Amino acid sequence: MKLLTHNMLTSKNMKTVTTGYPLIIQARDVKVMEVEFRAEFISRMIPKIDWECLCRAAEDLGHLNDLPKSVPDNYENDEDFLKKAHHVMLEVEVINGDLICPESSRKFPVTDGIPNMLLNEDEI
Amino acid sequence: MARMKLKELESHLQQVEEFDEPKILLEQYPTRPHIAACMIHTIASTYGDIEDRSILDLGCGCGVLSIGSVMLGAGHVTGVDIDVSALDTAQQNIEDFDIDNVDLVNLDVREVDNVLRRGLFDVAIMNPPFGTKHNKGLDMLFLEKGLKLASRAVYSLHKTSTREHVLKKAESWGAKPQVLAELRYDLPSTYKHHKKASVDIQVDFIRFEVPR
Repeated sequence: MKLLTHNMLTSKNMKTVTTGYPLIIQARDVKVMEVEFRAEFISRMIPKIDWECLCRAAEDLGHLNDLPKSVPDNYENDEDFLKKAHHVMLEVEVINGDLICPESSRKFPVTDGIPNMLLNEDEI
Repeated sequence: MARMKLKELESHLQQVEEFDEPKILLEQYPTRPHIAACMIHTIASTYGDIEDRSILDLGCGCGVLSIGSVMLGAGHVTGVDIDVSALDTAQQNIEDFDIDNVDLVNLDVREVDNVLRRGLFDVAIMNPPFGTKHNKGLDMLFLEKGLKLASRAVYSLHKTSTREHVLKKAESWGAKPQVLAELRYDLPSTYKHHKKASVDIQVDFIRFEVPR
């Protein structure tokens, strides 16, 4: 599960939950890999994601480095920034761990990189 | 990357491993390589909706559409499915193809628009269960969810026999549907109850433009 994917996930499918975001990461195994940099894609994705959540997750995993806490103006032309964003969004992966709902504390397991967001019948 | 020829894409996709033990109740059939290749190639070259795009593969199964998308330059693909063993097969395929920008999520399509935040996908692609066994109308549920999550378009397959119903429903949701092709979906005998060696189903490949 890349941090880009984590940025997308909520526990709002639970009936008792109002927002369910962001999910807190409790990682056991984290992998860093090299992913081809696509400037156009990163540039398009940045305005869509929750930047604060991305930074927080990166920090929790110890991969924040010098990623700026807010998106700079003219980010589309700032290749240095785009590469840092790319690294955090796509190159850091949680392989095993849990995602914890901030409201209910319910744990969603991540196994082999795949988060399991399926609920039990009484939770829907 | 969108310059890869259709035939070449199709031959790559023939290497995708299929379901180990397909589950009837989930209506699991692999998307045939020639159909997957036709879909992805059209989406990429006619509509520019693959390269550098954020893509949602709804009901990804073994991942053939996700893999095809990456081969034609997708920015990132999120493949979701209710069945963890299908996802394990997809994961294996992703590793075998040496692909690094697909993520998989185990979830129920009924809840997908609560689990995934909106506004994050340009395009949703799918080969949904047609809704035969006990799942009538399931393909329309997949479509409805896709339209909520994609900002540009949804690309899907539906039985040609249901075309009128599909187009009408889509229009009532404000989506602009366009039948791009009629394809012959040859399903080789997958389950024990299939008597013939293979069965042909006529399917529509449809593009639904998302209401702005």
